[in-house]
Amino acid sequence: MKLYNLTIHELHEKLKKKELTSLELTETFLKRIDAVDGKIKAFITITRENAIEQAKEADKKLASNKDITPLTGIPISVKDIFCTKGIKTTCASKILSNFIPPYDAHVIKKLKDAGAVILGKNNMDEFAMGSSTENSAFFTTKNPWDIERVPGGSSGGSAASVAANECAASIGTDTGGSIRQPAALCGIVGLKPTYGRVSRYGMIAFASSLDQAGPMTKDVTDCAIMLNAMAGYDPQDFTSINAPVPDYTKALTKDVKGLKIGIPKEYFIEGLDIDIEKSVKHAIDVLKKQGASVIDVSLPHTEYAVAVYYLVATAEASSNLARYDGVKYGHRAKDSKNLIDMYRKTRSDGFGPEVKRRIMLGTYSLSAGYYDAYYKKASQVRTLIKRDFEDAFKKCDVILTPTAPTPAFKIGEKTADPLTMYLSDIFTISCNLAGIPGISIPCGFTKDNLPIGLQILGKPLDEETVLKVSFAYEQATDWHKKRAGV
Amino acid sequence: MAITKKDIEHAALLARLELSENEKDIYTSQMGSILKYVENISRVNTQGIEPTTHSVPMKKVLRDDVATSSISNDDALMNAPEKDRGCFKVPRIIE
Repeated sequence: MKLYNLTIHELHEKLKKKELTSLELTETFLKRIDAVDGKIKAFITITRENAIEQAKEADKKLASNKDITPLTGIPISVKDIFCTKGIKTTCASKILSNFIPPYDAHVIKKLKDAGAVILGKNNMDEFAMGSSTENSAFFTTKNPWDIERVPGGSSGGSAASVAANECAASIGTDTGGSIRQPAALCGIVGLKPTYGRVSRYGMIAFASSLDQAGPMTKDVTDCAIMLNAMAGYDPQDFTSINAPVPDYTKALTKDVKGLKIGIPKEYFIEGLDIDIEKSVKHAIDVLKKQGASVIDVSLPHTEYAVAVYYLVATAEASSNLARYDGVKYGHRAKDSKNLIDMYRKTRSDGFGPEVKRRIMLGTYSLSAGYYDAYYKKASQVRTLIKRDFEDAFKKCDVILTPTAPTPAFKIGEKTADPLTMYLSDIFTISCNLAGIPGISIPCGFTKDNLPIGLQILGKPLDEETVLKVSFAYEQATDWHKKRAGV
Repeated sequence: MAITKKDIEHAALLARLELSENEKDIYTSQMGSILKYVENISRVNTQGIEPTTHSVPMKKVLRDDVATSSISNDDALMNAPEKDRGCFKVPRIIE
């Protein structure tokens, strides 16, 4: 087994036993990036020197057995949406192509404090708006299972970097499925925690009431290890939840006897890929055999989720992205007549087509005369979507669905019609609207050998049960041990 | 509520965007079909339903008024496209 194929917990054992130093491991991953990233294009920036410095620091801790965490000396990558002090942070946008943050995002600080080594910053859809990384201002990331296909998005660079073994793990952000959908399309584990579980401080905002950061890993154990390091109250984020953080690895018991799994009929619809439907139904049987009981539940407002999302998220985005005005940081257009002209030229040059489309949609739906029909109405339907989950969770502990309706699609296949692209998030969006946790874990392959994701949704702040069910399924199968042949 | 090119021009002005004629045409057609799709929500009866703007219930938190340091003036200005004497510099505002 090559070192770069291993999980965090496997590498941690080797580091702890001194079979390996973090420096050797970091150099292994940097060589791996040099060997495959020309093809995969998962990274916007590679932070070679910083990574080597961090690895040397980690080795000092490992040598003295002091302050060691399961992440000490583990090389990871991070989505280029997280501010990293002194390191270019672009959000895959031309408007931030030269932006160097003067501070670290709270999760970056937490991961650094835990001793993780950061290899670089991952490609993504510009401002996290997209489902394929095709909206990156720089380039499209390729799916390691088939480089003619997209890795999903918006955290597509993070997912591809994990699937191509260019890092031990990564972190992404999820506003409507941007962690779970690329995790499904790349055959890895991706968790969107409960809204407020992980601080948003220093994470570039898209839709503030939906954005949440989470781990993207090779297996469920690694996911729990990463969440342990990332979760927790942060007064710098006013929506951060002040609740104790359990040790999530303790939830990995495989014991699902008596747990109730809800299956919503609204998620098994026409248009769902036949191989995906088969794999998900098979996964239900696997959990049944382990003693879980399966019941039917209904989430009757599911069909409105995409519409609600594209009104709420674009409204919030139009406000959040007002800050890119060419005054304080980022790109500024030259030769403008006055201040307003400077704003308009700067933003028109700096934003890509999808970002402009969403700003326009959000601005329009918030403008005088349309607010009640669009934004207010969408926020009311959001209440009904949230209540659907509250009702369902009275009857079950977790809800199980496919993560995405199709496997990875071809590059260019959905770019002509934005609405078709939006519908690839159909199964992941409700989770963000309701603020609940959701994970995608590998549950098989299509006949074309493309990975399939199983989504497990849980009650607010009940990541433990989500991880428990995920772990029970994972340990009964071998999907998580498959590696893309890059 | 069919969206017109004039609506697009107005939204672009509010959003501080400047669109080419070609972009205006594309957005008129694309936003037309997106809005037609999202208008499906008008079928839902929402009478008496409170809007949700935040998924997780929040309490107001009072904190002690403790002074902490913030980033330096140099750091705050390090990404400025143009700066002058410790300030951000912008094109003339008052003609």
